[in-house]
Amino acid sequence: MKKRKERIDRGIKARSGDIFALSSWREMLYVAGPRLLPVILFLLLPLFLSPYWQRVMISLAVFALLAISWDMLAQSGMISLGQALFFGMGAYLSGIINHAWGIHPFITIPLATVFGGLICTLILLPVLRLRGIYFSMFTLILPLMLVRTIEATKVFGGTEGLSGMSPLPSGWLELYLIIIATLSVLFGFRRLMASDYGLVLKGIRDNDRSVTNAGINIYWFKAQALFLSSAVGAFAGAYMTHVYMFVGMPVFALDYSIMPIASAVVGGVGSFAGAILGASILVPLSELLRGIGGLRIVLYGLCLVIFIVAIPEGIFHYLQRKYQQVERWVDVDR
Amino acid sequence: MFAGTLVYAIVNSFTLILLAIGFNLTFGISGVANFAYGALYVLSAYLSWMMMNLLGLPFFPSVILSILATTLFGALMYRLVLLRVRGQALSEVIATFGIGLSILELFRYLGFVGFEYTLPVFFDHSFIIAGTYIDMQRISIVVLGFLLVVLLWLFTHHTSTGLAFRGIAQDERTALTFGIDSDWIATLSVSLGAGLAAIAATIIIPLGSISPSEGYDVLIKALAVCIIGGLGSTGGVIAAGFFIGFAERFTDTYFGSHWTMIVSLIAILIVLVIKPSGLFGQQKELEERI
Repeated sequence: MKKRKERIDRGIKARSGDIFALSSWREMLYVAGPRLLPVILFLLLPLFLSPYWQRVMISLAVFALLAISWDMLAQSGMISLGQALFFGMGAYLSGIINHAWGIHPFITIPLATVFGGLICTLILLPVLRLRGIYFSMFTLILPLMLVRTIEATKVFGGTEGLSGMSPLPSGWLELYLIIIATLSVLFGFRRLMASDYGLVLKGIRDNDRSVTNAGINIYWFKAQALFLSSAVGAFAGAYMTHVYMFVGMPVFALDYSIMPIASAVVGGVGSFAGAILGASILVPLSELLRGIGGLRIVLYGLCLVIFIVAIPEGIFHYLQRKYQQVERWVDVDR
Repeated sequence: MFAGTLVYAIVNSFTLILLAIGFNLTFGISGVANFAYGALYVLSAYLSWMMMNLLGLPFFPSVILSILATTLFGALMYRLVLLRVRGQALSEVIATFGIGLSILELFRYLGFVGFEYTLPVFFDHSFIIAGTYIDMQRISIVVLGFLLVVLLWLFTHHTSTGLAFRGIAQDERTALTFGIDSDWIATLSVSLGAGLAAIAATIIIPLGSISPSEGYDVLIKALAVCIIGGLGSTGGVIAAGFFIGFAERFTDTYFGSHWTMIVSLIAILIVLVIKPSGLFGQQKELEERI
C-alpha cells in the first residue's frame, strides 16, 4: 500500500482567501496578521536596539531592498548576477552630485534613484533582446569591468574613491527612511505583481513567445521592469553613500551581487516577502559570524548551492504552505 | 612596434581561445553555463602547485594528476548538484556560481595569494621573431592552443562520443531516440570543460601567478569571448578570440593599457546590438532571440 501526501487549504484560508466577506475578527487577523507582523517588527524593533545593531538594521534593509529588486527581475524572467551594478551606479551618481556641487542629500538621493535607474536600463537595453542566460552573463561582467575601468582611468577618485559626502540630518531619520522605503517597496511591488501588469511580466518569464503572440511588446515591458528594479537598487546605493559619507570601488564589489541573490534564494523567490525574510536571516547571521572574515562568502556560496538543490522553494514558501494548508498522508487508489 | 604588437596579439588571441573553449564546449553541448569555470581553472593550478611544492612531485606527473582531478571534480559537480536542477537555467547558473564562489573565496581565506604561487614554464628559452623578444611559453600557448582546437574538431567529428555530443547539442530528444544517454553525455561535457580549463591553466599560469581574483578574470574573459562569438559555436570562439585578442593588444600599444577592458566591454555591447546571437551563433538564433 502506497501513501501520498495530500495538501488541502485550511477552512479559514478558503473562507478568507478569495472572497473578502470577512465575518469574524479571527478571519481578519488571519489575513492581516502575516502582513502586519513584519511591519510592526521593523518599525518597533529599532527602538530597542543598541546603536551597533541599528547599523546592522540599516544594512539589513539595504540588502533587503537589493534582494527585492533582484526578485522583481527574476519574476520578469531576467536573472541578474550583478545587483552591484544598480547599487554602485546609484552610489556613484549621488556621490558625484553631492561631491561636486554640495547639493543636499534629500535632492541627490531621488536624482540618483531616477537617473541611476535610467542609466542602468539604457546600458542593459541591448541585452534585453536575449533570453535568460545571456542577461546573467552580461550583468555578471558589467560591474567587474566598471571597477577595472574606474581603477585604470582614475575617474571619480579612482581607487581611493570620493569622501566627505554630507550625512543625512539625523540618525533616527536615517534609520526610518530606509525602513519605510523597504516596507513600501515590498508592499508596492507585491501589489504591482498581483495586478494585470504583473501578470504580463510573469507571462514573459513563463513563455515570452505567447506573450508576443498576444500583441504585447515584451521589450517595452521588460525595460519597465528593469527600470523599476534598477531604480530600487540605485536608491539603496545612493542612500548608503550618504550613510557612509564615502563612495568608492567597493560599491561594485561582489558582496552586493551575491548577498541579495542568497537572500532571495534562501527566503524564497517570487514573493518579495521571501527576499526580506532571507535578508533578515542572513545579514544578522553574517554579523554574528564577523569573526571568520572571508569565510562568510564561502558560506553564502554553499548556502546558495544547498538551498537551490535541496529546498528550491525557500523558507517563505514553506512557512506559507504550513500557514495555509493542512497536510496528511492518504492511501493511493489502485 | 607594429610587428611586435602583431606577434603578441596572436599570442593573446590564442590565450583567449584556450580560456574560452572549455566553457563553450560545456554550454554548447549540455546547455549548462558553468559559472564555476574560473574557479576550476584556479583550482587545478593550485592543485598542481600543492603537489609540486608540498608533496614534492615532479612537474609532469603533478600537472597530469591535477588535470585529471579537475576533470573528475567537474563530473562530480554535475552528478551531485547539476543533475538535480537540470533544465532550469536559473538554478544551474546560481548553483554553479555558488560552487565557484565557494572555491575561490576558500582559497582567498586560506591565504593562497602572492607571487610565489605560480607554475614553472615548460622550456626556459626565448628568441626573436620579427624584431621582438618572445619566450618559449608564449610560443607553446599558440602551438598547444592550435593543437587543442584541431584535436577537439577531430574528436567532435570523427569519434562516436564526439558525434553523440553534437547530436545532443542539435536535438536532445531525437538523440535520445538513437540511444544516446543525455545525462551521461552532459556529465562528460561538463567534466571535459573542466579538464580544458585545467589544461588552459597549466599552459597560461606560468606567465603570471595564481590568485583567486584570476578566477573571476578568467570567467569574465571566457564569457566575453563566448558572447561575442556566439555561445556553443567553436568557430565563433576562434573568431571572437582573434577579434578581442587583436583589439586588446592594439589598444594597449597605441592608447594605453587601461583602455583594454573598455574595448572588450564596448565590443560586447556593439555585437549584442547588431547581432544578438553573436558572430557565428546562427544555429540557435531563434531560441536565443526574442
